[in-house]
Amino acid sequence: MAETTDIPEGAIPEATVTVDHPGLPELGPLEDDSLDSDLMTLNMGPQHPSTHGVLRLELKTDGEIVSNVRPHIGYLHRCFEKHAESLTYQQVIPFTDRMDYLAAMNNNLAYCLAVEKILELKVPERVEYVRVIMCELNRIASHLVSFGTYGMDIGAFTPFLFAFREREDIFDLFEMACGARMLYNYIWVGGVSHDLPVGFIEKTRAFLDGFAAKMDEYNDLLSNNKIFIERTANVGVLPLEAAFSYNLTGPNLRGSGYKWDLRRDDPYSIYDRFEFDIPIGSGEMGQLGDCWDRYMVRIREMAESVKIIRQALDGLPDGDVHETVPRNVRPPKDTECYFRSETPRGEMGIYVISDGSNVPYRVKVKSPCFTAIAAMNDLCRGHYVADIIAVIGSIDIVLGEVDR
Amino acid sequence: MTAQEIFDNLQAKFGDRIIDLTENVDPWIRVKPEAIAEVCDYARNDGDLDFESLMCLSGVDYEDHMTVVYHLGSSSRKHKIALKVEVGRDEPKVPTVERVWRVANWHEREAYDMYGIVFEGHSDLRRILCPDDWEGYPLRKDYKVQEFYRGIKVEV
Repeated sequence: MAETTDIPEGAIPEATVTVDHPGLPELGPLEDDSLDSDLMTLNMGPQHPSTHGVLRLELKTDGEIVSNVRPHIGYLHRCFEKHAESLTYQQVIPFTDRMDYLAAMNNNLAYCLAVEKILELKVPERVEYVRVIMCELNRIASHLVSFGTYGMDIGAFTPFLFAFREREDIFDLFEMACGARMLYNYIWVGGVSHDLPVGFIEKTRAFLDGFAAKMDEYNDLLSNNKIFIERTANVGVLPLEAAFSYNLTGPNLRGSGYKWDLRRDDPYSIYDRFEFDIPIGSGEMGQLGDCWDRYMVRIREMAESVKIIRQALDGLPDGDVHETVPRNVRPPKDTECYFRSETPRGEMGIYVISDGSNVPYRVKVKSPCFTAIAAMNDLCRGHYVADIIAVIGSIDIVLGEVDR
Repeated sequence: MTAQEIFDNLQAKFGDRIIDLTENVDPWIRVKPEAIAEVCDYARNDGDLDFESLMCLSGVDYEDHMTVVYHLGSSSRKHKIALKVEVGRDEPKVPTVERVWRVANWHEREAYDMYGIVFEGHSDLRRILCPDDWEGYPLRKDYKVQEFYRGIKVEV
């Protein structure tokens, strides 16, 4: 303190800074080549709110641009296929609930239809109609989750609450029918577990009547939201060629502008009796096959599901839903089939081999989300890290089904 | 195309490397293991067959041999077929079809993980669902689960 008084008034002292950091190298002139421009490895997940479950992505980034994505799966592997080889055909059904837990009815149906196909079992008309009603309701519920969580990934919280409000209504209907809200074990080989309860049809109609107005809310809230469009249009463009090579199916394939829906093109159950459109992406907001297109296909599919449910309710015949439920399922020896059905996430394939006993010799599930994650690298390359979130949300994966 | 027509088409091209056609609930064609990559490449690119997607690839263990099953589908022709190759249980080896359909990369990794089938020429043959240091191939019929995994008792 005392030394400062020695400086004469008006004179500015020369800066005398001596740098003396023992152990550190002396600072030299900054050269361009001393700037390291290597790729950085960034780990995303497995516990990450935007990976929709336990998915781990290993990103190689150049600054903020992603140059490579390597997905690691298996965190939710529960040996479904091994379990299935030690359970009877009917006992496998609850396990299928737990694969794609957002669309358990559709999983039940895929498995049961595969077993019925090797049994060559024909179920009563009423069962077919009830199954279609349940599966389409579940499709709406599943797309609602996809819609709500996608909004949340992008930064819009409100749509999520709106979506879950309607999803609860659908769950109330399921609870009426079978007592469970998420994992139903409702569709059985040869039938369904319970007939529709009294009041179910009226309540379903009431729900459908109110749903059109709700869809307008969704579009106002999210689909046509400027910020949302900026974040999703022209991001994660999926060319049709790549979609085929990766066997992407369902809304992901339709988002790229290809009209292919098993319910129309390879009809199973009684889907060929219903009138409905197949929405496809058209590049309205950006390029064909971008995230917005895939998202919008799901929104429009909900309206088509409403149409199907209405027609099914109108045509619902009387009958006994347990009439053809076999007491003992023993498909003929050495028969096998590969059955694919349209779940909300795409084509789910069930490959069943029978050895003539009441236990399947082999059950293989081809999950639509499995192939969607396989395509992650090609979808994400060249995008910003923040866009990876948009891409994951847009392919709508459920890790329970990927890992099985 | 019916399964018989697909079979005839393949046999005209590949001769005795296509073994036979079996009619079942879903028919399948047996192919010699060394020819599978070529057959798949042809099935994808031939104008009449046009199998643009590999719907599923599964391994199956029949206790005396192993089978790899390829389910091919065509949306433009609306037909589908299964191809099967049979390999021995000791050191099962099949050429990869990764270069024909990209999705085969992951399907083959799964078959390797669960059955120990080695896909020759595969770019990244690692376990996919089980941890990298897991022992044995879980979906083989004679699989015995390891007693401990990294010091943790494995409950069966």
